[in-house]
Amino acid sequence: MAVKPLLSVPREVKAGVPFEVRILIQHPMETGFRRDAVGGVIARDIIHTFECSVDGEEVFAARLEPAIAAKPYLAFSARLERSGTMLLRWVDDHGVEAQERVDIRVV
Amino acid sequence: MRRRSFVVMAGAAAMLPLGARAKPEEVEALVRAITGGVPARPGRVKLDVPELVENGNTVGLTVSLGEDVPKDAVLTDIHVFADGNPRPGVVHFRFGKLAGVPKVATRVRLATSQTVTAVAVFADGSCWTDQVGVLVTWSACLD
Repeated sequence: MAVKPLLSVPREVKAGVPFEVRILIQHPMETGFRRDAVGGVIARDIIHTFECSVDGEEVFAARLEPAIAAKPYLAFSARLERSGTMLLRWVDDHGVEAQERVDIRVV
Repeated sequence: MRRRSFVVMAGAAAMLPLGARAKPEEVEALVRAITGGVPARPGRVKLDVPELVENGNTVGLTVSLGEDVPKDAVLTDIHVFADGNPRPGVVHFRFGKLAGVPKVATRVRLATSQTVTAVAVFADGSCWTDQVGVLVTWSACLD
């Protein structure tokens, strides 16, 4: 996945105040239920695992099924007391792993 | 003539979904596996999904907690199921120590008109559920 995801994370947050994280990943999320023009099954290729943590402490994780739409979108919330580096990581059926890092300063 | 019948057959095969649809009993069994056999109680979790969907390929879905949640209750997981999709599982969210507001939004596929179920699991082991019946006019998965 060479295409960068659309990611919305504030760079500065207030201690203990929840903030929203939004991500849109460019991925076909091929279900494995479709057939091609000659009746062959199109192999499943979805992002099945998504994880978000800050300095090793878990924020949010998702196990995705083929029922998640193409170009998967996730919006969730985090709350920090200390500045840190947010790591967003996901893996698809081909074993392709991608990650994004964002430094967040607590003020 | 032979070539034409092949093309027609291939076209028909392309439109057939693979395998059967999930059944409500499958979703019930999956929910029981989460709750440990006890039925999940209605309440505390709120599932937001439109009741009438034009295009099942991308349907906005939000899960959050209701106002009836006690202040000290800690949410650990939310599961979402759809009983009319080829597979009943839709997504499983896990909330860590640094989770903020217990609310997640995503976009899902719905193969047909069906019931969508959310199950919230709290740290004390209690499970709560919400269901929405969705009418889909243009199904996903068949393209």
